[in-house]
Amino acid sequence: MSKPLIGVLLGAILGLIDGLTAWFTPAVRDQLLGIVIGSTLKGIIAGVAIGFFAKKFHSLPLGIVFGLLVGAFLAWLVAFMQGGYYFEIILPGTLVGLIVGFATQKYGKPAVTANT
Amino acid sequence: MRWLSDDKLKHLRSVVSEPDFSATKYTFVKELGRGGMGVVCLAEDRELDRLVAIKVLNTPELTADFGDRMIREAQIIARLEHPGIVPVHDVGTLPDGRIFYAMKYVRGSRLDEYAAQGASLRDRLRKFQSVCDAVAFAHAHGVIHRDLKPQNIMIGSFGEVLVLDWGIAKIRDDPRSSAFHQTTEGAVIGTRNYMSPEQARGEVDQLDERADIYSLGAVLSFLLKDQPKVSKAAHAISSKATATAKESRYASASHLSADIGRLLDAEPVSAYRENAFERTSRWVGKNRFLVLLVLAYLLMRIFLIFTSRR
Repeated sequence: MSKPLIGVLLGAILGLIDGLTAWFTPAVRDQLLGIVIGSTLKGIIAGVAIGFFAKKFHSLPLGIVFGLLVGAFLAWLVAFMQGGYYFEIILPGTLVGLIVGFATQKYGKPAVTANT
Repeated sequence: MRWLSDDKLKHLRSVVSEPDFSATKYTFVKELGRGGMGVVCLAEDRELDRLVAIKVLNTPELTADFGDRMIREAQIIARLEHPGIVPVHDVGTLPDGRIFYAMKYVRGSRLDEYAAQGASLRDRLRKFQSVCDAVAFAHAHGVIHRDLKPQNIMIGSFGEVLVLDWGIAKIRDDPRSSAFHQTTEGAVIGTRNYMSPEQARGEVDQLDERADIYSLGAVLSFLLKDQPKVSKAAHAISSKATATAKESRYASASHLSADIGRLLDAEPVSAYRENAFERTSRWVGKNRFLVLLVLAYLLMRIFLIFTSRR
C-alpha cells in the first residue's frame, strides 16, 4: 500500500474512533455527529499531509516528528474553533498524528521510480 | 651414535609429511588442517606473489581418464563466480601422484568458530541465509557440493560468508561426472554428521541438490543447538531440510533461504503452521512499537474519559 493511502486510511479510521469517544463525554454527546465528521475529516487531512511527507522523506524519526506536529496543529485548530476542550482534543490528536507518521514510514511502500 | 632429540625428530616427521610442491609454482608455508580427504596447506604462489590455500587429496592412483575428468570439473567449479563461493584457482598433480587444487586463502573464522564466539541467533541466521544463497547459485549451475558443514564455511574479516572446499563436488546430470574424488557406487564421501541418508548409503547416482539441502539443515541445526530462544518455526525449518525422505525436504536451497528470510522478517514460514496465539505473538513482536503506540493511545483515551466525567 502506498504511503499516502496508508496515511488517509489510518487518519480516517483513527479520526473516526477519536470522534466516537466523544460519546463518553455527556456534555458534548448531543453534538456527536458533528464531532465524528469533523474528527474524521481532520484525520483524513492529517493522513494526506503525513502520507505525502512520508512519500517525499524516507525517515522514520522525521515521519514521527512531522506526524506529531501535524496532528497537534490540526487538533489545536479544532480546539481553537471549538473554543475549549484543548487538552481533550490536542492530546489524542497529537498521538493520532504520531501513529499515522510512524505507520506511513514503517508500512507504506515507497514509490517506484522508472529507471529509463 | 648420537640420538636425535624429540624436537628434531618432530621436525623431520613434519618435513616428510609435507606435500612436495617442488614441481609446482607453490611454496609450502604451513599446514592449515588435516582431514579424511587430505591435507590443507597454506602456500605461496610464487608467480602471482600471493598466499593460497591448497588442498592435497588422498588419491591413491591417477588414471588419464580421471585426470581429464578432474580438470574438466575444476574448470566448471572455477566458473562459479559468486561472492559466497571460494573458487578453485588451479588444479594439478604433485610428483607423488597426489592431486591438489589451489583456492583463495580466506582470512577469518570457520562457521563453528564464529558460533563459538557467541554470535547472536539473528546473526547466525543471516550468515546461514548467505550460505543457502551461495549453494543455490552453485545448484543453478549444476554443481552439488556434497560436503557442506560448519568447517567448510568461512566468515571473513568483514563478515562475508564463503563456502569452501568444492573438492568433492558433483556436476549434476553428467554421466561421466563424479568429482575430484572418484565416487563410485557404494563409496561414502562427505562428513557423517552432515551427510544425507542417501549419501551415507553411498547412493552416488541418487544424489541431487536435496543432499546439500539436508547438509544445510544439519548446519542450521548446529547453529540453533546452543541458542536459548529458538522458535518452533526455526526448528521446523531445520527438520524439514533434514527430512529422511528427500521428497519431504525443501525443493531448492532458494526455498530454504526464502524461509530463513521470512523467519528473520518475523513472517510465517512454509515449514511451520502456527496457531492463532503464535500468529498474534509474532505480529505483536514484529510491530512492537506500533502496538505500544496504540496502547498508549487507548490508555490516554481511558484517562480522558474518566477525567472528563468528573
